[in-house]
Amino acid sequence: MQRSTISRRDLLKTTAITAAATVSAPYVRHSYAAGKLALGLWDHWVPGANNTLTKLCNDWGEKNKVEVTIDYITSQGDKDILTASAEAQARAGHDIMSHRAWQIQVHRAVLEPLDDVVTALIAKAGPISPVAEYLAKTDGKWFGIPTTVGSQVKPCCSRLDLYKQHCGVDLTKIFPPNPNRDPKLVDSWNYDLYLKSAEQLFKAGFPIGLPMGQTSDAIDSTGAMFRGFGSVMVDEKDNIKVDSNETRAALEYFKKLMAFNPPEVYAWDDAGNNRWLISGKGAGIQNPPSAWAVAKRDNPQVAAQCWTHDMPRGPAGRFVGQLPFFYGLWSFSQNKPAGKDLLQFLSEKDQSRQLVAASVGYDLPSFKSYYDFDTWDKVEPPLGTVYNYPPRGDEQPTITGYPARPDVATQIYNQSLHTIMVAKVTQGDEPIDQVIKWAHGELEGLLRA
Amino acid sequence: MVDLIQQYPGQLAAPATRPRASLRRFARRRSTTAFLMCLPLIAIVAGLIVYPAFYSVFLAMLNKAQTKFIGLDNFAYLLKRDTFRMVVEQSAIFALTAVFFKALIGLVTAHLVNNLPSKGQRKWRGMLLVPWVIPLALSTLGWWWLFDPTHSAFNWLIRGFGGNEIPWLSNPYWARFSVILVNVWYGAPFFLIMYLAALKSVPEQLYEAAQIDGANAWQRFVHVTLPMMRNIIAITVLFSLIVTFANFDIVQIMTAGGPRNMTHVFATYAFLLGIRSGDLPLGAAVSLFMLPILAVSAMFILRGVRRRGREIG
Repeated sequence: MQRSTISRRDLLKTTAITAAATVSAPYVRHSYAAGKLALGLWDHWVPGANNTLTKLCNDWGEKNKVEVTIDYITSQGDKDILTASAEAQARAGHDIMSHRAWQIQVHRAVLEPLDDVVTALIAKAGPISPVAEYLAKTDGKWFGIPTTVGSQVKPCCSRLDLYKQHCGVDLTKIFPPNPNRDPKLVDSWNYDLYLKSAEQLFKAGFPIGLPMGQTSDAIDSTGAMFRGFGSVMVDEKDNIKVDSNETRAALEYFKKLMAFNPPEVYAWDDAGNNRWLISGKGAGIQNPPSAWAVAKRDNPQVAAQCWTHDMPRGPAGRFVGQLPFFYGLWSFSQNKPAGKDLLQFLSEKDQSRQLVAASVGYDLPSFKSYYDFDTWDKVEPPLGTVYNYPPRGDEQPTITGYPARPDVATQIYNQSLHTIMVAKVTQGDEPIDQVIKWAHGELEGLLRA
Repeated sequence: MVDLIQQYPGQLAAPATRPRASLRRFARRRSTTAFLMCLPLIAIVAGLIVYPAFYSVFLAMLNKAQTKFIGLDNFAYLLKRDTFRMVVEQSAIFALTAVFFKALIGLVTAHLVNNLPSKGQRKWRGMLLVPWVIPLALSTLGWWWLFDPTHSAFNWLIRGFGGNEIPWLSNPYWARFSVILVNVWYGAPFFLIMYLAALKSVPEQLYEAAQIDGANAWQRFVHVTLPMMRNIIAITVLFSLIVTFANFDIVQIMTAGGPRNMTHVFATYAFLLGIRSGDLPLGAAVSLFMLPILAVSAMFILRGVRRRGREIG
């Protein structure tokens, strides 16, 4: 019998070196990936956007000898969420799935950590959106990769003609379609000017429309506005902070602002504000450029006057609601190396550029270094209408529920605490203190183990 | 049912072929055939109803991460929450009001249809069943368009007549009214058809006897029709109550529980907590909350039905 010549010390040393190299080394795509990959991807609302994604996946599949099958699943009626929940419970289904915002947190127990892929991407593309990191990274591990497809922010989309005519505000001067912004003018776009303009537009018969229901558009923009006033529901250490002067100031502001909105905003779904702008009745909403894109098809005169630009600045800063989408690789996938390869391929700059172009600038990558794509410069009418869609100045992306730990924030977000508070104060005429007390009670419940 | 067993003396006499013969005998039994034919249905019921029901009871007793058994803690937690208490109240208002109006409209319409000449009755029966036949999600979408917050067709008509617009879905109380209205529209035909069948089964002699005794139309209704329909009324009300308490489509499509959570019912709130907020055990607890109450009421109603059945029999 031959005895091993490797001592225990040598073995330990070798193992440690190999492990360290594996952890610290950037993720390298394998050329030997093979087999099958089943993808359940979000069904894009922009006509043709799915085709570009399919082509990219098929090209990659052909090159790597992997058979890729794609099911596009709509988010209408939360079908994507239901499918992911069913697959997570059954531990079977696709290999890769699209997940909206919080769903990575919901399913992280059955998702494969993707640190190697994200580390490699960050090494190439630079810093990633802090909102994406907050949503997909838990205990130091990434459980999802922010996608270009579907990811969005919800800045203002306003009617140039109406703002100029009724408020004397030239939005193209404040937010020009180039990097030459005048900081003084940008500073002037704050919540006081926003309120004053809202009143003038309301009196002129073209109110702004801020949804105050319980769907994502309403939750995202309302949360960003609360943050602009410095209001926080729960901090990182589970302390309930809702009972604050900042929350009172935000609610007082909403009390004034909602009086200049149409009364039906409390029943709007995510399409309600779009229809409001497209119909020509409204002067402004807070939305990705989807409303503008539909207006371009259905009401070109309105589209030619739409300008996407930064949110107003509040006492605590200028915040815009961000809703990143992610790809997650199920831990029960039978082809994880191929899955990781494909995810890295789709997230690289060249592929992201094609995806942004296919979505006419709607999709927003999570890497700031990708904001130089020329799609946002070229899209028209009017030329440069979505140039300011990616946050370019002092605007900071945020997500409603931040900075609470994601388990709690998911519930703050999905149970629409912010919009319900506003609706209670503005529609229900409930005293602010009573509403804050109600929110405090709800938050105590959400913090349970 | 009596089982028909055919025996073949020759086969009984030969012990070597006994297993084969008994197998054939077993297969020839009518009850066996019936059981085999029902087997796919039993498998579907067991797999899609019985198993999920027991699993949801188990799920409701786990913690959020589904790693620890916590008994009835989820239910205790829910009872302490203002929003959940509001959901209980709303579900009760929704189900009781909707079932009451469905039963009332069903009863009145059944009488009207029953009194129509038999020639045209079939057409009316067919037309009145249409709301019940259209897939609920589809018809609710149609209603949603009629109630659309900004471009409501109803409001367009009201404006045309010089009236003020009604905030069908944006005002919580009108939103409650709207979801109940759609539920009544959808569910009333079920009551109609059940009551019509019951009305047709009341023996004509009873009415003739009552008429001879001098009973007027109301007295005939109260003392003949209603007692003869009591079992059907009890069963339809029970069935509808269970289904209405579990309604999801109408509220989810029309209001998604808003404004201000004031139209949530158990199913939509369970979906919000369980699927959207990722707390499946709590969602399961919400959906199971009415189980004991409905089970006890079902027990009493069905006991009454059995008792009356025995009295009639």
